[in-house]
Amino acid sequence: MSGLTKPRLRAKQKRVSRSFGGNFTVFFFLGLMSLFMALPLVYTVITAFKPASELFLFPPRFFVQNPTMENFTTMARLAGDMWVPFERYLFNSVFISFVGTAGYILIASLCAFALAKYKSRWLTVFNLIVVWAILFRSEVTAIPQYIIISSLGLINTYWSILLPAMSGSFGVFLVRQFLVTSVPDSLLEAARIDGAREGTLFFRLVMPMIKPAWLTLGIFTFQGLWNNTGVTYIYDESMKVLPVMLRQIASAGIARAGAGAAVALVLMIPPVIFFLLSQSSVLETMSHSGIK
Amino acid sequence: MRSTSLSRPRGSLLERLNGREHRLTSVLFTLPFAVLFFTFTLLPILASVVLSFTYFNMLQTPVFIGLDNYIRLLLEDDIFLTALRNTFVFALLTGPLSYLLSFVFAWFINDFRRGVRTALTFLFYAPSLAGNVYFIWTYIFSDDAFGLLNSTLLRLGLIRDSVQWLSDPRYSMGVVIVVILWLSMSVGFLSFVAGLQSMDKSLYEAGAVDGIKNRFQELWYITLPQMVPQLLFGAVMQISASFAVGYEAMSLTGFPSTDYATHTIILHILDFGTIRFEMGYASAIAVVLFFLMLLFWNMVRGGLRRFGEEEGA
Repeated sequence: MSGLTKPRLRAKQKRVSRSFGGNFTVFFFLGLMSLFMALPLVYTVITAFKPASELFLFPPRFFVQNPTMENFTTMARLAGDMWVPFERYLFNSVFISFVGTAGYILIASLCAFALAKYKSRWLTVFNLIVVWAILFRSEVTAIPQYIIISSLGLINTYWSILLPAMSGSFGVFLVRQFLVTSVPDSLLEAARIDGAREGTLFFRLVMPMIKPAWLTLGIFTFQGLWNNTGVTYIYDESMKVLPVMLRQIASAGIARAGAGAAVALVLMIPPVIFFLLSQSSVLETMSHSGIK
Repeated sequence: MRSTSLSRPRGSLLERLNGREHRLTSVLFTLPFAVLFFTFTLLPILASVVLSFTYFNMLQTPVFIGLDNYIRLLLEDDIFLTALRNTFVFALLTGPLSYLLSFVFAWFINDFRRGVRTALTFLFYAPSLAGNVYFIWTYIFSDDAFGLLNSTLLRLGLIRDSVQWLSDPRYSMGVVIVVILWLSMSVGFLSFVAGLQSMDKSLYEAGAVDGIKNRFQELWYITLPQMVPQLLFGAVMQISASFAVGYEAMSLTGFPSTDYATHTIILHILDFGTIRFEMGYASAIAVVLFFLMLLFWNMVRGGLRRFGEEEGA
């Protein structure tokens, strides 16, 4: 039986619309594009392991001859020399990234649930505004946002990074799209008949069902917060985050090129790991992202 | 609406019983986000419209000056015109190119088996994922002979002196465009990859029976019309990204760049907002930017929807 179906499946997979010339073109451009995308990243990694002698080599070489951890120790030493302890920057970054991500997942999912599963005229209007506002990312509204944050007295607080990051409508849109298509109303009705209150319904039934959606939202939010320098809002050195501190280390030009690359490499690790761990959830969620 | 005809009597009774509670819950559930959304996303947009008609320096109360900011912006501010031109380069040339590349490569990798597809998706998305890593391009395009590009060209004898890639206004814009293209495979790209994966495969078989001959016909007549929702989402993300280009240019070519060669509207707002503290004027620039974004998005949305209706019918 299986011996019979297998070749037929294969035949189906090989579609009539695929020609050799077309495949060749696809491979050619894919190769070219892969090189363009990968080389700078590879170069970052290589540079991070270059000893000072090779950084000043003329002509510069792409590859490293004698890989060393020198840049990472320099980075650690410079970080240790700052008058604000390194742990403080690390704490600021980790605190902002995790609290902001968890908070946004919660409030965005709650709102998305209401928008997807309750019906009223003002919810419909609110949903339209939410979709419309995806257009305006925080770079675009930064200056008026600054006026509001400073008039609320939030300059130099964690809130100045956290609250704007939790105010974007992208997350609400993403979770709502997922909810509309993957949580059937009949299931919610059944739970209500069984006596579940709305809060229980949301936390016990809906949140586990839409895990891919909020996990994806978490990845994007974490990525944004982790890379957020907050330079416009934070002037107090002890409130600054890791990327700002590390960039100060790397900012001394070619002499610190190695340390700069080491910094970039270290900062890259958390978002990359989180993405790789959850990429199947991300793609599942993104397949619901279309705007009707 | 919500219940099927069979369960309607039961549903409507429950709805009546729960109606009050539902209304209250829907308010409670939306409230936390609604407050933040209003304060930090909507209010900034509305506030800049109001402030754009004033002179405001953050210290004194705003003074109403009518259309003065706009008149100054359009008639007297030459640097704004440079910023406008560069923003249009990103919005009308680089943006559509990024969008096209995102779709074309999502389409290319769609035929691969799972493992390869995942690896390629990760590779293409990695630059956006890695955040601030784009500064590595300053080592490649470095103005001195230690830059990777300069040293290569020197060794090959193509140039005799190192080229000021980052500070010569003739080249700096090109460099920023390359880096922006490098960063272009972002959320929209992921949406395309995912959308292509969830396409109904039987449509392709039906298409083959109906006489689809090559992959371009398949793309045009089957895939694209089905992908309109994802294409719209990708368009929103692309427009919002293209009009927000500025910080990348700033960290590559400095602020302000030589002859304002890579100056964009975002950087112009930043200049007046954070350095000169002319908030009224900065708001007027922001309002022009918002208006351009809305105009552009409405045009693109209209076009894509019409395509969906014509080809999808």
